[in-house]
Amino acid sequence: MAIGESQMDDGGPTEDVEAKFGWRHTLGKITDDTTARWGLYIVAFVLVISAYTMVDSNLSRLTFGVLSDFTFAEAIPIFDHPERIPPPGEGESHLPPAFHADGSMAHPLGTDPTGRDYFTRIVYGAQVSVSVGIASTLIGFVGGTIIGSVSGFYGGKVDDFLMRIVETVYAIPPLILIIVFTVFVSGGSPDITYAILGVGITFIPVFARIIRSEVLSIREMDYIEAARASGVKRRNIILRHVIPNSIAPVLVYATLQIGVTILLVAGLSFLGYGAQPPTPDWGEMLNVSHGYMHANVWLSIWPGLAILVTIMGFNLFGDGLQDALDPRLED
Amino acid sequence: MTDPLLRVENLKTQFFTDAGTVRAVDGISFEVREGEIVGLVGESGAGKSVASMSLLRLIEDPGEIVAGEITYKGETIFGLEEGPDGELREREDMLSNEEIRTQIRGNEIAVIFQDPMESLNPVFTIGGQLREFIELNRDLPKDAAKEEAIRMLREVGIPDPEQRYGEYPHQFSGGMRQRVLIAMALACEPSLIIADEPTTALDVTVEGQILELVDELQDKYDTSFLWVTHDMGVVAEICDRVNVMYLGEIVEQAPVDELFHDTKHPYTTALLNSMPRPDRTVGELEPIEGVMPEAINPPSGCRFHPRCPEAREVCQRVHPDAREVAHADGHPHRAACLKHDVFDAGYDESPPLETATQETAGVPAGGRSTGGPGGEDGATDLKDSVIEDGGEPTDGTRSDDRGETHE
Repeated sequence: MAIGESQMDDGGPTEDVEAKFGWRHTLGKITDDTTARWGLYIVAFVLVISAYTMVDSNLSRLTFGVLSDFTFAEAIPIFDHPERIPPPGEGESHLPPAFHADGSMAHPLGTDPTGRDYFTRIVYGAQVSVSVGIASTLIGFVGGTIIGSVSGFYGGKVDDFLMRIVETVYAIPPLILIIVFTVFVSGGSPDITYAILGVGITFIPVFARIIRSEVLSIREMDYIEAARASGVKRRNIILRHVIPNSIAPVLVYATLQIGVTILLVAGLSFLGYGAQPPTPDWGEMLNVSHGYMHANVWLSIWPGLAILVTIMGFNLFGDGLQDALDPRLED
Repeated sequence: MTDPLLRVENLKTQFFTDAGTVRAVDGISFEVREGEIVGLVGESGAGKSVASMSLLRLIEDPGEIVAGEITYKGETIFGLEEGPDGELREREDMLSNEEIRTQIRGNEIAVIFQDPMESLNPVFTIGGQLREFIELNRDLPKDAAKEEAIRMLREVGIPDPEQRYGEYPHQFSGGMRQRVLIAMALACEPSLIIADEPTTALDVTVEGQILELVDELQDKYDTSFLWVTHDMGVVAEICDRVNVMYLGEIVEQAPVDELFHDTKHPYTTALLNSMPRPDRTVGELEPIEGVMPEAINPPSGCRFHPRCPEAREVCQRVHPDAREVAHADGHPHRAACLKHDVFDAGYDESPPLETATQETAGVPAGGRSTGGPGGEDGATDLKDSVIEDGGEPTDGTRSDDRGETHE
């Protein structure tokens, strides 16, 4: 890094400059930091699992029309079908985890009240949690970025108008919005899509306000004036000059927000407004299992642990990303 | 003589703020001819930058061009006419916002900004930005634009342009970045480049190199420049003709040699005296007393009179416009100072203003400015010097008082 600095001064040709900037460098800084590295590992692990299960269930959906009786994961001995309820007499319900005296290695985390393999359901649950977390954060991120940058860049009446709307939305709790969607759009049957939309929309204001404050300082920069003076369209100035320069703090916030969203959606599923049975989802599993708290406490512990670890992973990663993108912490 | 490339007449740009109307540019007129470098000189806040941005109609709310006419190559960039209802409205032949953006900005008139550190987008490579600019304004395919970008980088003296093409702005030094900006401005071969204090942020050695480069490129491409600066040294180095601005007005307009050797306005004199000059040896530099007043509420009469060493009573009352006071090299030498005979405002009979400013700054400034004309001016100077010799101990406190009243 010191090499880059000194060569910058004399204006001579620089070597190995890519090492200091760009995503490679950022990734390098994250892996240098132990906690951030673990965050990265957890996030990567959860992402890989969800990607795999998503492909798996979608393949079987494409092949058989519905999530069929057969999933490709079943070819691996420790996996079972996540949704199929074993016929009476075949599967054993409330089986304890494998390390328990009554447990069996065929069901490492035991079985649920209907006899489904709990390990498979936890693994498949990652898909719902992660995609819901990412999808609703993305809605907030994209919506907030567009509204915030337009608002900050144009200023004046446009700014006033957009920010008043944003503040109105800010006052609406996600649950209310989701109930409204559920009642008025789907006629009362809750669905995970409304949970995603509701959470995403209620996050737009937060993102919009962060990016607006960034844009307010960026728009005074000479390169914005220079772009205007060279005849660049306003839309392109926002897309090419304003947003790329103000995105970093929002990106960090989005990473942290994914964790929050997963928790929020799990809470909504727990309340019955998110994923619906038999879809495996951690929140929904908690919803079912809390009725069996005394009979089989493991049913509540596994999804809870899964949520805890995933959120921790995203938060550690987000913190690491923040440090990595902060030029003041550059050594 | 052929039509000038750019003609600005009686341009007024005002900012409507809560505190009142700021007359940032208050009726300036000047011309830029083909192949000329014209200077626009003045202190910070004189309205130089606002004036230059007005030329591209880049004035943002709450600012507005309220009067005047800007003509470029026969096209009307800005012009007003009286509508049927008696209200002023924009003229029919005035270019639309879209035409200004696509035809004028970047293509015909390019800008080099003051701070090379801030004028390049930090998240894109130098080459990418230059290429995009060329693509945008010259309609070239990507590959051709890239070649052109590299050629331009070589043209402005950046070593190893192929490699540096892919580097980011922070990897360039200030001087190198200014070269990139010059390359960018020249890339579309505009007829006029507005250089808004382009060397202010650079150290002197680099400044010298940049000026040399501009001179060279100007010879080669025959581009006209409007050179905005507060540095008389740069003006002497590079400009053909100079406009001196004070508080939104042009107070003196002359070819560069005339301006330096036959200065007609006390403000210009004061500017010249406040900086070291290679052709004169002086014991001490004389800064201009006081600060420039706010453009919200300019002083009555001549706007410079509160700080002017030659101010007389009449200067408080009569507001001078820039009139032709001499003629040199086929160019008029205009000055807005009542002391010249063309104004006939009774300056000679008017009693001098007894101000602290006058006493402290008067003698040397006045003494030097009156190289040519007038025994009467000489007499005034003599009198001033007597006052100063006698009253020196009190000067400091009195001028401090003045400073406070300005704020």
